[in-house]
Amino acid sequence: MAAGVRRRGKVGYLLMVPATLWLLVFFVVPFYSLVATSLFDPSGSDFRGYDMTYHWQNYADVLQAYWRPFLRSIWYAALATLICLVLGYVLAYAIAFKAGRWKNLLLVLVIAPFFTSFLVRTLSWQLILSDHGWVVRSLQFVHLLGPEDRLLATPAAIVAGLAYNFLPFMVLPLFASIDKIDPRLVEASSDLYANPFVGFFKVTWPLSLPGVVSGTLLTFIPAAGDYINAEFLGSTNQRVIGNVIQGQFVDANNAPVAASLSVLLMLIIVAMVLVYVRRAGTEELL
Amino acid sequence: MPAARWVREHLVLLLGLAVLAYTFVPIAVVVLMSFNDPAARNVYSFDGFTLHNWADICEDPSMCKALGLSFRIGLLSTLVATTLGTLAAFALVRHDFIGRSSANLLIFLPMAAPEIVMGSSLLTLFVASGASGHLGFWTIFIAHVMFCLSFVVVTVRSRLAGMDDTLEQAAADLYATPSQTFWRVTFPLVFPGILGAALLSFSLSFDDFIVTNLNSGNSTTFPMYVWGAYRVGVPMQVNVIGTIMFVVSIAIVVIGELNSRRRSRALA
Repeated sequence: MAAGVRRRGKVGYLLMVPATLWLLVFFVVPFYSLVATSLFDPSGSDFRGYDMTYHWQNYADVLQAYWRPFLRSIWYAALATLICLVLGYVLAYAIAFKAGRWKNLLLVLVIAPFFTSFLVRTLSWQLILSDHGWVVRSLQFVHLLGPEDRLLATPAAIVAGLAYNFLPFMVLPLFASIDKIDPRLVEASSDLYANPFVGFFKVTWPLSLPGVVSGTLLTFIPAAGDYINAEFLGSTNQRVIGNVIQGQFVDANNAPVAASLSVLLMLIIVAMVLVYVRRAGTEELL
Repeated sequence: MPAARWVREHLVLLLGLAVLAYTFVPIAVVVLMSFNDPAARNVYSFDGFTLHNWADICEDPSMCKALGLSFRIGLLSTLVATTLGTLAAFALVRHDFIGRSSANLLIFLPMAAPEIVMGSSLLTLFVASGASGHLGFWTIFIAHVMFCLSFVVVTVRSRLAGMDDTLEQAAADLYATPSQTFWRVTFPLVFPGILGAALLSFSLSFDDFIVTNLNSGNSTTFPMYVWGAYRVGVPMQVNVIGTIMFVVSIAIVVIGELNSRRRSRALA
């Protein structure tokens, strides 16, 4: 719709007010209270209350204590995003260019598995990768795994779980971008004697970049905060930052520590996103 | 050899279908396990076929209680999020107002924030406002409306923005009042988008664990039940629920698709 059709007047404000208020009160204000909580004196407790002492030391303390789970979360999420990008690109490309009249059906099938509960399907992966499951046995049979090796409780299982659970967040934006590409451009490149590989990297890939950027962000961000996959598919050696934050809030009742971890996670993600978007040359997406 | 040529020509499609097939592997396991007769509660493996899990879904009453809570929260937060989100989508597409671009940014941000950060900040707000003793249904509801809203706005907005407005102009030319135009032309055209947004919102709410787990107090939703039961061995009925969720959502989508095909054929 053209911008000229937009009406001015009171109605626009009235329609916008309820949603805006809800998000301001329950999304923006909470960030303020999160930052405030992260600066409380850690000697208090949830029962006695905390004193606001602008205790910046909290940040140094949690970084020192928990830099490993931080690194792990970022690393697992990055690997999972890369796997999603490869698998998702093949799938999105096939649906956009090769599916013909089955396009809509295939798109529905992409989302369908993810209507089953997140936890239930992750438990299902636990069963598939378990020590006596057929996956491990087959890999042992062809000597890709030693007789004592396992898949469950390894970083590989966590990354595989993340890559599985967040795949639709990659496929849908990729599809939206690839579907818009005019196939005649690809044909033109082959008429001009580009082989299929050159054609792909010089024409299709650059045109699909907006989808690549939004898909990787939509996959990476939730994957970095997730701890369900680490809990079900990993072991205590692979605790991720989400796990630590949850534990500090609920089990350890240590709100300032949990809040500083949360703020740090958000800052790290924002910083990485800004660098990444700038590198990809797609600032206008934000 | 023609077979090899056929494979080469359809390589991308075949690879794509292979990826798609892989996404269904865990679902197949969930369906299979819903018929499992486990030998021991803490060992998770397929031991024998039974219909018992389907016949007695509520064998563990606390699972069905958790399901009930998830349903009530899902329905209520979907209703509120879909209403507020649809209004906002109309404002953003059809109206001009000061702060439109900031409103767009405000809608976008919750989709880009990790759940653990949203959940923990909301918890600090509830604690700071003295509600820490009242965590439960209403705090979960508030959180779910918050993270469903953006998805509703985005879904309805894209439906509205892609809509051809010549039909509305035609209605106005034929002396329809603005409210007649809205209810007889605009709303029916946008409705599939609103319905899709509501479905998305319900499944987001029903499935949420991370935000809910922080703000639920002593209440237990279905995902939280699965999480808690996992250490002692999950009852096989959990897979029955997983199967039902899968089948119902497929059915809804297929019916919707058939409906829209029938309608577009009627128009043609």
